[in-house]
Amino acid sequence: MKPASFDYVRVSSKREVLQLLHEHGEDARVLAGGQSLMATLNMRLTQPKLVIDINRVEELRSIRNERGHLAVGAAVRQVELTDRTELATEVPLLAQALPWIGHFQTRNRGTVCGSVAHADPSAEIPLCLVTLGGTVVLESLKGKRREVPAADFFQGLLTTARQPRELISEVRFPLAQDGTEYRFREIAMRHGDFALVALALCLSDHGARLGVGGVADRPVAQPLPLGDALPDTLNTLAWSLGAQDDIHASAAYRRQLVRELGRRLIEEPSHARTR
Amino acid sequence: MHAPADQRFPIELRLNGESRRGSAEPRMQLCDFLRHELGATGVHVGCEHGVCGACTVLVDGVASRSCLMLAVQADGRRIDTVESLARDDVMNDLQQAFRRHHALQCGFCTSGILMSCVEFLQRGPAPDEAQVRDMLSGHLCRCTGYTGIVRAVLEVAKQRREGESQQQALENHNDV
Repeated sequence: MKPASFDYVRVSSKREVLQLLHEHGEDARVLAGGQSLMATLNMRLTQPKLVIDINRVEELRSIRNERGHLAVGAAVRQVELTDRTELATEVPLLAQALPWIGHFQTRNRGTVCGSVAHADPSAEIPLCLVTLGGTVVLESLKGKRREVPAADFFQGLLTTARQPRELISEVRFPLAQDGTEYRFREIAMRHGDFALVALALCLSDHGARLGVGGVADRPVAQPLPLGDALPDTLNTLAWSLGAQDDIHASAAYRRQLVRELGRRLIEEPSHARTR
Repeated sequence: MHAPADQRFPIELRLNGESRRGSAEPRMQLCDFLRHELGATGVHVGCEHGVCGACTVLVDGVASRSCLMLAVQADGRRIDTVESLARDDVMNDLQQAFRRHHALQCGFCTSGILMSCVEFLQRGPAPDEAQVRDMLSGHLCRCTGYTGIVRAVLEVAKQRREGESQQQALENHNDV
């Protein structure tokens, strides 16, 4: 299908975006990589009056390693992170998850913040952000700015804490901790498809934190005990996610993937301490 | 730049090495602009939500879905479509290998696959079969399996590497 009509503005500064969002609020959509938004425009699932193209805003294109986190600006493409050699030591979980995001043809244009804004429950970047305890930085006109923990940001299917006049100006991924190992695993019908179940793990001598995507209406992460209690806790976690049947898999199968893949991910031998 | 919905806006871009001009309403997808305004009918439009990959073109040298881009976004960009591959009516090595291995199949999704292959082989000149199949997972073809395509891509990668090493040997020889 073709998109319904909209006005289009190509901006060159963050201030212009904030000004336009302030004026137009819910009637406006921010276009970055377009790998989610363009599809919803084409299918007329969304029909904004105004599309604000931020692709040429240089100040939103920065990747900064600072004070314990990696800050990724709103216009940074996924391929820029896959090409970043330091990423494997900075945010190893993200480095492992990136190849699972769509295909290289879509990672070439898709942005990191765009995936966070879209909030698909099976998307890899939101899952990593929630599992690592990252934050989403939201800005609006007149210098208003708030940092929302990822766990509070994702509120349901394609639903986030962003207000209509706010821009996701960057997301912040905590840097790797010494002595923590990071693992990512995904099961999909075909590589690059939406995940049936995606798992992200932070593992250290102190314990494990497991994130699950593709089952609940948002990514969910929680600490897990190691040892004898693990199977029971994984089972409780699997049931707590409210899995549903769909054309690709039954709820029971999804729960079983959480139990079994979660156990394997935690118990598999350490390949290499990433840090 | 502010473009009201009901007006056409001038777009200037470099298509397959040539400067081209056209105009489009903001809602027009890049794939439609390339086909209907500029006549690059090698761009094929399939699913229009980024899944099938038939509309893949190079934007500033990287493979991208032209159905997931607006025509107005291509202003000032370099776009390469399947029409860029043949020179003087001679198909390039990828196209010839596709023909040898019957990798074009019905031909609808082929132009997009070829453009993905262009960037794929530039990024990694020595792919293995699994990497080729992974690259192809960004394309849907309903004709058959992807066996012929995989064979063609691997063959071209090998030929290009051999060609380069021969060229290198020749240059080394001349240096002496």
